[in-house]
Amino acid sequence: MFSGEKICTLLEQLGVTHVVTVPDSTIGRWQAAIEELGTPSLVRVCREGEAWQVAAGLQLGGAAPLVLIQCTGLLEAGDAIRNALHDFGLPLFAIIGYRSYLNQDTLPGDTCLVFTEPTLDAWQIDYRLVTKPSQFDDIGAHFIACRDAGKPGAILLAEGKA
Amino acid sequence: MTAQAMIPTPPRTRMPAKDALAAVHAARDARDIVITTMTPARDWMLLPQQPLDLVLVPSAMGSAPPLGLGLALAQPNRRVIVCNGDGSMLMNLGALVSIANARPANLVVIVFVNGTYEVTGSQPVPGADIVDYPALARAAGFESVHAHGSLHEWQSAVSRIIAMPGPTFVALDVEPVHGQPGPKSPGPARERARQFMQALRG
Repeated sequence: MFSGEKICTLLEQLGVTHVVTVPDSTIGRWQAAIEELGTPSLVRVCREGEAWQVAAGLQLGGAAPLVLIQCTGLLEAGDAIRNALHDFGLPLFAIIGYRSYLNQDTLPGDTCLVFTEPTLDAWQIDYRLVTKPSQFDDIGAHFIACRDAGKPGAILLAEGKA
Repeated sequence: MTAQAMIPTPPRTRMPAKDALAAVHAARDARDIVITTMTPARDWMLLPQQPLDLVLVPSAMGSAPPLGLGLALAQPNRRVIVCNGDGSMLMNLGALVSIANARPANLVVIVFVNGTYEVTGSQPVPGADIVDYPALARAAGFESVHAHGSLHEWQSAVSRIIAMPGPTFVALDVEPVHGQPGPKSPGPARERARQFMQALRG
């Protein structure tokens, strides 16, 4: 839906210093652009719970991280989210790829569509669902709104394939 | 049975965990960030505290090394020392790979290896007395890897080891302590996070 260059430019404008990520087939394509630009810095981790923990350390250290993962990883990361966002009160922001939202050809009946949004609600993460290119500006607007409110937030980015 | 298999494994030398931690406490600089969790957190809180001590209680088990990675990347001019348990390390072994990949020169991960989940009643961790933590760290990509079971040797080496360019991994064989309660939170985590961030800025 969005090119790596476009996302990278936006993140730089928003003051994001580090992107902590585990890729999927959509958001993973942004990595080359992020590395090429060099700002924000790309931090590759092995699992999504770790992404939230690294982001927590970055935030505590005065940086402005963004978590970039797929929704399956959101489901994996529950305890890390609980600890970082709700024990330590860190207002982390994430862009989360929403697997199969636009197309279930690869994974018919993908249960990610059942559990992702209730999980975000359960973790009290204020999210916006982005399903079409015309919503690009919503990403920056929601990021800024959450940052100004000092609360965790996320963009749930509809993806077309597994 | 082969001749090699018949060679008995020598008993492991283990040091008292509190003394091993006290050596870290004595060697750290006031500018260093020290993250403690699980049993090391309990024992660390018995020692004089500094503003840049981050007691990770409550924690997400396994979260101390990646949290340390984030802090080390955000604060490249400060040393970050993570005091972790072996059960916690096992819960997040991939973090060793993430740390080695990011190569923060200012990060030291110390694993206190006692072979048990001490805070839950000393049940054995998987692979107790089998897992070779220094070998895991080397295989993950750490170049500065150290192991100690002798308190005297650790006390002599700790200042030199934590001053090395990292990321650095240290495995300390420590004696399990049975029947002790788990670490108690030193106060509301949100407030402590706020104070910690303020101390970093100050």
